[in-house]
Amino acid sequence: MEHIVIIGNGISGITTARHVRKLSDNKITVISAETDHFFSRTALMYIYMGHMKYEHTKPYEDWFWKENRIELKRGFVESVDTANKSLQFADGSSLNYDKLVLATGSKPNKFGWPGQDLQGVQGLYSKQDLDLLEVNAPNKEVCKRAVIVGGGLIGIELAEMLSTRGIPVTFLVREDSFWNGVLPNVESAMINRHIKNHHIDLRLASNLKEILSDEHGRARAVVIEETGEELACDLVGLTAGVSPNIDFLKDSGIELGRGIKVNRLLETSAKNVYAIGDCAEQREAIGNRRPIEAVWYTGRMMGEALAQTLCGNPTEYKPGHWFNSAKFFDIEYQTYGWVFSERNKKDYEQHFHWAHQDDTKCITVAYHKDSRLFLGINTFGIRMRHEVFDRWLTEARDVDYVMANLKQANFDPEFFAHFENSINQAFANQLQTA
Amino acid sequence: MSRVDKSMSLAGGPPVAMKTGQKIGTLLGLFGLGILTLATFNVSLPNQGLWLSLALLSIGVGILVYSKSLYKDTLPGIKNHGVWLKSISNRGFWAWVAGISLTGFYIVLYFFAELLGQGSGGAENTGLIGLFDPLSYALKGQPASQWFVYGTLYTLAILAFGIKFIWKYRHNTYEKIRTGSVMFFQTVFAFLIPEIMARLNGDLPYYDLKNVWPLNYYLFDQWNVDALLINGSFGLTLLIWGIASILVITPILTYRYGKRWYCSWVCGCGGLAETAGDSFRQLSDKSRMAWRVERWVVHSVLVFAVVTTTGVIHSYLGDGSKYWFSQSTFLISVGVVLTLIFGLIWKYKRHELKKDARYGAIGYLVIILALIGLHFSSTTNTLLLFQTHEVRSTYGFLIGSVFSGVIGTGFYPIFGNRVWCRMGCPMAAILGLQQRLFSKFRITTNGGQCISCGNCSTYCEMGIDVRAYAQKGANIVRASCVGCGICSAVCPRGVLKLENADTKGRINSKDVLLGNDVDLMALVNQK
Repeated sequence: MEHIVIIGNGISGITTARHVRKLSDNKITVISAETDHFFSRTALMYIYMGHMKYEHTKPYEDWFWKENRIELKRGFVESVDTANKSLQFADGSSLNYDKLVLATGSKPNKFGWPGQDLQGVQGLYSKQDLDLLEVNAPNKEVCKRAVIVGGGLIGIELAEMLSTRGIPVTFLVREDSFWNGVLPNVESAMINRHIKNHHIDLRLASNLKEILSDEHGRARAVVIEETGEELACDLVGLTAGVSPNIDFLKDSGIELGRGIKVNRLLETSAKNVYAIGDCAEQREAIGNRRPIEAVWYTGRMMGEALAQTLCGNPTEYKPGHWFNSAKFFDIEYQTYGWVFSERNKKDYEQHFHWAHQDDTKCITVAYHKDSRLFLGINTFGIRMRHEVFDRWLTEARDVDYVMANLKQANFDPEFFAHFENSINQAFANQLQTA
Repeated sequence: MSRVDKSMSLAGGPPVAMKTGQKIGTLLGLFGLGILTLATFNVSLPNQGLWLSLALLSIGVGILVYSKSLYKDTLPGIKNHGVWLKSISNRGFWAWVAGISLTGFYIVLYFFAELLGQGSGGAENTGLIGLFDPLSYALKGQPASQWFVYGTLYTLAILAFGIKFIWKYRHNTYEKIRTGSVMFFQTVFAFLIPEIMARLNGDLPYYDLKNVWPLNYYLFDQWNVDALLINGSFGLTLLIWGIASILVITPILTYRYGKRWYCSWVCGCGGLAETAGDSFRQLSDKSRMAWRVERWVVHSVLVFAVVTTTGVIHSYLGDGSKYWFSQSTFLISVGVVLTLIFGLIWKYKRHELKKDARYGAIGYLVIILALIGLHFSSTTNTLLLFQTHEVRSTYGFLIGSVFSGVIGTGFYPIFGNRVWCRMGCPMAAILGLQQRLFSKFRITTNGGQCISCGNCSTYCEMGIDVRAYAQKGANIVRASCVGCGICSAVCPRGVLKLENADTKGRINSKDVLLGNDVDLMALVNQK
């Protein structure tokens, strides 16, 4: 029986622990400095918005861990000694392992902005960040305006959160359209309009120059680089992406890049040490994927694969077809396969785009312009079936097949209006004019 | 640090204060309730018809004005902002005030109707019930009763809060149609048709056509059967309808659509829970413990309902001279039907149910033993050692009044809006068995898209831990699911969908979800 120690109780670490328990009798210890129990990080926003309480974000009841003999340890690991297979904690204690899994996740990016460490300036990643937000922005009287810096998924979530408490939000987005490094322009433009419909002061192509302090060391205003405008605010949300949370490994001898370097077996350069989730960096990117994937689903998938390896069945991390999802205020977004933005798309990638007149639903289908191979789909405001698109991608269907069978992929609730006819009409028209 | 609002504001405080429209709505609603309260205390109101209309209109319009103000400036989408920050929806001060007031109302309604002005022994109604006389005369030409008052207020609540619910979920067609359906069935089937039938045919007992035995626990009581039978073929038709409802119509519809066709589309209890109770759906207990308790309690109620109904029918059947059935034929047919049902389940579903099959066997055994006991008991009036009618009235008291009304509805703000449906409704238990065993209905999950956020579980009024299934990619096939569709509505990633489809592969479970290496999925999922 081996002692498997997992640092990090997020989705990657917990998935590993659960699967190791299913496969073996090994001793399992999960360490976290953040919370006693696993919770869904993606649900933090709903706590602030009052949709849920913290306890609702825990996917397993507290008895689950004991019943499944998964030991939970609250503590902050300061350093890892791979030679002696031991961990040193901030409180001076230590713990030995036979196999170590690093699943420490991310931390919000800071790009050296003047004033970035003032009070009232924060990111939104951890439970502690959420608690801090409750102090910095409990209501619109304490927080008369918030400025959010960084136009990604966390930024728009933070904007939605604050707006539910009536706090006026200015949203600084570096790009000239929201998330258009990822989304095609038409989609990005629709989201811009949706953000504004929610009374968010969206400032595109705007960078943060500096954050100004009051006499108590609290943020009082930000200065916008392009216009020099000074915006008074009580909260500055830094949401310009995340990076691997690996500072404690600097002297461990484990090979680091931006994240912890791993091979396809998720092994690090140190024997019996593995890394998964947001903090892991693939030595070579897999397909079109980025070397560091800070996504819920990939964390889970790495955990599933690693558990096999840890239990004597060496299994490479082999993610299937790319998929992801998000929600922009009221608009749900799903993606299957690859649809690139104009900025990143290859020459052969052609897009068919359809939008509903209500400006909250659209789809983009990407295909190879010569072979007509279906490459992927982005869908907004229409739910699609993961299994169907996964199968079509595996079967290498062409775009015409996909469009003709689109109805099979619909996952909207019963009685919802269907748009396949309208979509296919637009598709036929596009073919004629092309 | 507590984020819970400790202020006494009715519907806001931080983070969302009341808007002017909400204040006007509250004022109107309280004005209407005020008139009803004054009437209750026998303040003489001249021109009752006018005051009654004014009261009902104020309450209805008040709710609508409030809702309109709440939702008019918002875009279509999920509206759960601040639910856990408000006192009324987070078991705070106002939740307790509301719970205690409602419970008090139910206690008076069920047990002290004279306090509401119910005239007894031919005396005229006074007070609150007297106030409703004009409406009652208009509908059925008779004075009002406490049940008429209750029915009117109940219908008003479903209609007004139904519109609020439709506003709230205006982006969701399923919710809009479903709510329209409960509003329709309450108004027409539970309220208008029975009263009009009573007007056309004075002797006919109140009969809500959609209220199926055993929810309608007195359907087969002698007084009710006799009252139906003296109305000749019409009454007989109603009685046959009642029997067909439970034995034929119910299984067919549940097979095709799941128990939702009843519980969240037709049923009056469900109707109130889905409309007036919507603000409390998040309060249901989702713990494993609650599930264990629920399964024992609700199925025990079912066994109890079957035994007592059988006992009651048995006690008045006699030797076959008055009714077609003699006591023995009746007992034997009940025994045969139950044996048939149990045998089929045991043969085809034993492996799927595992331990639950044994619990089912216990329930079956209890019923059969009770039947045998009935047969051999010396007089016709005893059920084992108890007087049948005493057991019957205890059942009516405990289940029909205390559970469904006082606790079921009165405690909405504390235990959530479906405590009765979950723990106490024998009808829900029967439909649940059908749904679990042989229905096309299931909630499917969308591949690997679940982020385990917990919105689905939190807003499940039946206390099902939906997320536990969704994050495994498993279909949700649970006896208790009433198919309200809210889990699917509140899911931020489009993971859940209510579906009726082929029963093959309906119950599945996966260890590794879609998204990973196909070989790994196959390896881990093979059982």
